[in-house]
Amino acid sequence: MKTTKPITHHLTEQDLMDYATGKLDESFALAAAVHISMCDECRATLNSFDALGGAVLENSAEEAMSHDAFSKTMELISALPQETVTHKKPANIPDALAGYIGGTLNDVKWTPIGMGVKQKILHTDDHGVARLLYIPAGTAVPDHGHKGREWTLVLQGAFFDETGHFGPGDIEIADPSVEHKPTAAAGDACICLAITDAPLRFSGIFHRLVQPLLRI
Amino acid sequence: MAPLDNKTNPITPSPLAVGCGMTQVTEEQDKASTLHKAPQDQWVDAIRQITRDRDVSAFERLFDHFAPRVKSFLIKSGADHTLAEECAQEVMATVWQKSHLFDPTRASASTWIFTIARNKKIDALRKLNRPEPDDLGWGMDHEPDQEDVISLQQETQRLGNALSTLPQKQRDLLEQAFFNEKSHSEIANDTGLPLGTIKSRIRLALDKLRHSMS
Repeated sequence: MKTTKPITHHLTEQDLMDYATGKLDESFALAAAVHISMCDECRATLNSFDALGGAVLENSAEEAMSHDAFSKTMELISALPQETVTHKKPANIPDALAGYIGGTLNDVKWTPIGMGVKQKILHTDDHGVARLLYIPAGTAVPDHGHKGREWTLVLQGAFFDETGHFGPGDIEIADPSVEHKPTAAAGDACICLAITDAPLRFSGIFHRLVQPLLRI
Repeated sequence: MAPLDNKTNPITPSPLAVGCGMTQVTEEQDKASTLHKAPQDQWVDAIRQITRDRDVSAFERLFDHFAPRVKSFLIKSGADHTLAEECAQEVMATVWQKSHLFDPTRASASTWIFTIARNKKIDALRKLNRPEPDDLGWGMDHEPDQEDVISLQQETQRLGNALSTLPQKQRDLLEQAFFNEKSHSEIANDTGLPLGTIKSRIRLALDKLRHSMS
């Protein structure tokens, strides 16, 4: 999946290294995989970290395998299913995301959360929540800060906030110091993949009351 | 932000494309037996033989070289010997099964096997899913351009050489970053070094690598 406009907001080098070394938790790894699918620059950086991992592996000490390891591996191979080449029809979203949705953006079963904004929680564990947000053009998401990190990756449309303008493929990395009010730009509704590792902190009393119910 | 490759330049298929003078390969060199090839090229050939001919002896050579390294990687990542042995066999079985997906214009054998081993570690040790970026895919029906293969494999060789010239301490830190399950803050707790120091040392190691690659 490629975007027509250049991507200007990227993952940091540290995030890419954490992804390459397998240290990102699943929700954040999902956003990283989706961004990299859309961003050649970050893919190239990731490739260079993978190459470094390969060089470290090549240079590392060896640990002797058991004497029958090779024949056991050949047994494993004979039990593996035959790999078949499948020709997938092109999707409008990266495969990693399609797997979590169980389809394309057209198949998402949204839950309204007020003011026309809708969400769909894709994954949640002890370390983070991955959700899709649907924000109608021109609508602002309530003013909120974070207790932890928040990554917002644009899949369709665009939004802007105090820190800049974000179009398809762009990812906003917000840490606890960022208090912002993202607003969907005019045009298509904005659909984002949003990852948080702690509940969002909304400024208004109403939102503080409903937040636990909506798990946002 | 200064990644290993140069972000300001247009992206090339080579992840470590840092001004390498590409060597022209003559036909004689191309026909030279695998014995005279650089180690990286040898493994590229072995994986190709697995795909094309289901060549068990080529796979055995690859196995003898990589399985003990993968096992060591898994032990350093926190697996016990039994689990590491099991997982290393599974990683090598995946190498056989997915050999047709290996693209020597984008990765060396060690890079590709590292990514399979890393994903096995996330799956078996962390019990997490690993969302992966879309494959760029080069199609099964055409042979990769030999010049692209050679330049990528040469870059990887240079990276390996550069890595081996780093001071031991910096090499250890990079190994920890890749092999260890621990986050930077956990490494900081273990070593008593402040987090900022750990991060700046890793950065220093990366900068040295970039310098020696350029």
